[in-house]
Amino acid sequence: MYDFTYLKPSTLPEAVSLLSSDTEAKALAGGMTFIPVLKQRLARPTKLVDLAGLGLSGISVAGGKVRIAAMTTHMTVADSPDVQKAIPALAKLAGGIGDKEVRHRGTIGGSLANNDPSACYPSAVLALGATILTNKRIIAADDYFQGMFATALEPDELITAVEFPVPEKAAYMKFPNPASRYAIVGVFVAKFPTGARVAVTGAGQSGVFRHAAMEEALGKSFSPEAVGNVPTDAENLNSDIHASAEYRAHLIGVMARRAVAAAG
Amino acid sequence: MGFEGIGAAVRRKEDQRFLSGSGHYTDDINRHGQLYAYIRRSDRPHARIIAIDTKAAGAMPGVAAVYTGADMQADNVGGLPCGWQVKNKDGTPMAEPPHPVLAVGKVRHVGDPFAVVVAESRQAAKDAAEKIAVTWEDLPGTASIADALAPGAALVHDDVPGNLCYDWHIGDPAATDAAFAQAARVVKLDLTNNRLIPNAMEPRAAVGDYDRTTGEHTLYTTSQNPHVIRLLMGAFVLHIPESRLRVVAPDVGGGFGSKIYHYAEEAIVTWAAGKLGKPVKWTAERAESFLSDAHGRDHISSAEMALDAEGNFLALRVKTLANMGAYLSTFAPCIPTYLYATLLAGVYKTPVIYAEVKAVFTNTVPVDAYRGAGRPEATYLLERLADVIAHETGIDRVSLRQRNFIPADAFPYQTPVALQYDSGNYQATLDAALKAADWAGFRARRAAAQTKGKLRGIGISTYIEACGIAPSAVVGSLGARAGLYEVANIRVHPTGSVSVFTGAHSHGQGHETTFAQVVSDQLGVPFEQIEIVHGDTEKIPFGMGTYGSRSLAVGGSAMVKAMDKIIAKGKRIAAHLLEASVDDIEFKNGAFSVAGTDKVKTLAEISLAAYVPHNYPINELEPGLEETAFYDPKNFTFPAGCHVAEIEIDPDTGVITVVNFVAVDDVGRVINPMIVEGQVQGGVAQGIGQALLENAVYDGSAQLVTGSMMDYTMPRADDLPSISVGTETTLCTHNPLGVKGCGEVGAIGSPPAIINAVVDALSDYGVRHIDMPASPQKIWSIVRAGRSRAAA
Repeated sequence: MYDFTYLKPSTLPEAVSLLSSDTEAKALAGGMTFIPVLKQRLARPTKLVDLAGLGLSGISVAGGKVRIAAMTTHMTVADSPDVQKAIPALAKLAGGIGDKEVRHRGTIGGSLANNDPSACYPSAVLALGATILTNKRIIAADDYFQGMFATALEPDELITAVEFPVPEKAAYMKFPNPASRYAIVGVFVAKFPTGARVAVTGAGQSGVFRHAAMEEALGKSFSPEAVGNVPTDAENLNSDIHASAEYRAHLIGVMARRAVAAAG
Repeated sequence: MGFEGIGAAVRRKEDQRFLSGSGHYTDDINRHGQLYAYIRRSDRPHARIIAIDTKAAGAMPGVAAVYTGADMQADNVGGLPCGWQVKNKDGTPMAEPPHPVLAVGKVRHVGDPFAVVVAESRQAAKDAAEKIAVTWEDLPGTASIADALAPGAALVHDDVPGNLCYDWHIGDPAATDAAFAQAARVVKLDLTNNRLIPNAMEPRAAVGDYDRTTGEHTLYTTSQNPHVIRLLMGAFVLHIPESRLRVVAPDVGGGFGSKIYHYAEEAIVTWAAGKLGKPVKWTAERAESFLSDAHGRDHISSAEMALDAEGNFLALRVKTLANMGAYLSTFAPCIPTYLYATLLAGVYKTPVIYAEVKAVFTNTVPVDAYRGAGRPEATYLLERLADVIAHETGIDRVSLRQRNFIPADAFPYQTPVALQYDSGNYQATLDAALKAADWAGFRARRAAAQTKGKLRGIGISTYIEACGIAPSAVVGSLGARAGLYEVANIRVHPTGSVSVFTGAHSHGQGHETTFAQVVSDQLGVPFEQIEIVHGDTEKIPFGMGTYGSRSLAVGGSAMVKAMDKIIAKGKRIAAHLLEASVDDIEFKNGAFSVAGTDKVKTLAEISLAAYVPHNYPINELEPGLEETAFYDPKNFTFPAGCHVAEIEIDPDTGVITVVNFVAVDDVGRVINPMIVEGQVQGGVAQGIGQALLENAVYDGSAQLVTGSMMDYTMPRADDLPSISVGTETTLCTHNPLGVKGCGEVGAIGSPPAIINAVVDALSDYGVRHIDMPASPQKIWSIVRAGRSRAAA
């Protein structure tokens, strides 16, 4: 990697000020994507602002919402009895990200700020209709994801926490890339009194997306049969050596059906 | 201390240091004042080098030197040599284009090195390397065999027409044609053997050192055969006499063939260290390994078997195209010829065979031996073909194999493709494997799977391989430019402990354990008093290294030969001490005795007498107790066996789960059953990797698409079943231990067993053949097509 200045501020305003005063400075959360990028010399930041000293870690459940602070690791979420009780699908999703080493370092805030189109968390945030809390504002999930590696975050904006409404039921099913173990297709389904939400990661050319036809079908009947035959248009899906767009379209149906079945 | 001789499952001595992080690998070596090399590699598949400007790079902080191919040429550095010359059908030698250490004139594959920066730190070298400016003229790149052979294809080497390295054949074409003319039936199969990227856990590394006061060069390198590297690099590349060149291969973290060859980086650090008078270190990053370690396999074949009405094999005809990559790696030419086509009889008594092999240059990483090397390709072809024959003739696939087996009483057996098998019992391994896999009970398991919506299949493979390639005179006549013997030096110390200096090299095989077991068994010396030394040309007299499952069969035999000399000398010393005739001295359990008496001297007593020769036959015998032996085998060894795979397919996703795997192998005498089990399991893991997961993919312009672990699927623990390993033994008849070798059987026997099981599972979908890897997408496409056909 190229040389950079490493900084570890202890307050959020300090971190924001460091980032806003230098457009070439970069925030470092768990670093599970960013450190490999640095090692391959694909980025050349002037400063690395480590967010680990900001006290942004922890989980709380209150008022029908699960609040997870931005620097909480996947392992912490996976192992949290509170999350396991309130939204077991979310704990399970976190426990299936990467490998054990990644889960001990990677954070929810880092994953969402990066918005990798094959990452697991975006599907949960979008399907559960979570809100992203930043140092500036509150962003609804539907407004947050803006394409591959693109989000509503402004350059000097840091995620502080994510708030998940507790659904009636939910589940996540991932078809992993055999090599990278990222999602080739990941489908998160959630049932709320107001209806069902379905979000798909790994497959879309513009990153995570909601599946309107499946939501409509599940709104009428939240059952595997209802969603199993809802087709997905392959038009805007990714295609690579592991999975063609057609295969991904098919897998979305299979994963959705299995997710609904798992949600019970 | 229990029984630690031949046959004991002794725990591996070396694991104490490996598992506690105390191994000493090449990258652990740091010399005083050491510099670091970073190599600039082509990111273009094929391009003419118009100009390389290194000025800016040379001016970067901490940079000691920047070198290009022109600098090495100016210093009279030779190209990387090829160790095997294959002849064309017409007797002319293969095309053998130069392989400069750093590219000159053209780069020929992504990863081709063309410049090196030597600097005070890795970081400084890398920073400077980015400042090297190159003017390129891009040329069309070809990655596939078909593209390279197409009329008008761009030439990888301007002086190799048609990109054809050689056009070789073996067998009797006229007799084969005649047999085909008589056949009741002919069954054909076209198939591909997918290209693999080895990925040993330890990336390659090299440290060059130079002592100005003595003029001695030292190379520390991740090698499977340090003496071979000393020979090739010293004689052909850097022109350094053996007496001034030491090559050390310390602990090496896996090789699988990829660390046999002499690589550019070894020559670069040795040469640069001499130029700069300072040690120079290079360590590969994983991305570099993908682009610079020799790849494996990459064959396209068409095969046809002539059969009589009863399903007896009458004749086999095979045409194979083999991808050599952009340059000839050290042993590349012999893989698709003498390690492949000579194995096409398999375990079958096919009376006539004719095989033609064309080797082709492409703009890809060079291809060379990878665990199994030629033999997995031959086995895959035969065992897939056997299943297709069974399918098309309606003969049961087990019966078909049994009908064509070389019977147990037919050894020695001369095949029509040069090899003579010394021993074997294919029915025995088959019976044991079918029993262990509960082949008979499969129907019920398939039905049970069906009720869960799963497609279950079972597959079998009965294979043979050839290990310990030899004898030297024969391989020499076939084009080898090296001898293939092995060397052992055995030093019995004054108090009776033993050091063994072996030319074999351990990079995970456990030689420190198994070799000590052999010595303990033969000399009666306690296991823990035996030291196995390998991997250093300064300590070991000579050696050809470890590959092709040769270490015990060849290296172990050299040890036995050296021990025989120790015992013979010990008898003469004992005869003197015990005042008896040499002919009356017996050696057993570590002691020399006069036959029929209680007069006895232990090996330690004899050894002490040899080193403190006060009472010693000094007029007839030299003092000391140390012997060296070179062993040149009379023949290959021929491990064989039967693998059975059982798989389950999720038809909704195409995902295959290997639910059971049974390997029953005849590896000759087993020295350590635990190590054999581990070797077979490791090989099967790689075979399952090839069959289901691994594939090196180049795009149409010859860029490597699977250039990292993000896209290249190495098998992981959760991809694998528990692998059951059994052995059935027939002894090798021509080496003293009766051993055959176990390093590669797993990777050779398993791929067709897996694919045969996959095809079996999809038998209702009209599938005849599936190319490896049987990826979920491929399986899903087959299931989808089958379902839509059924619906129509």
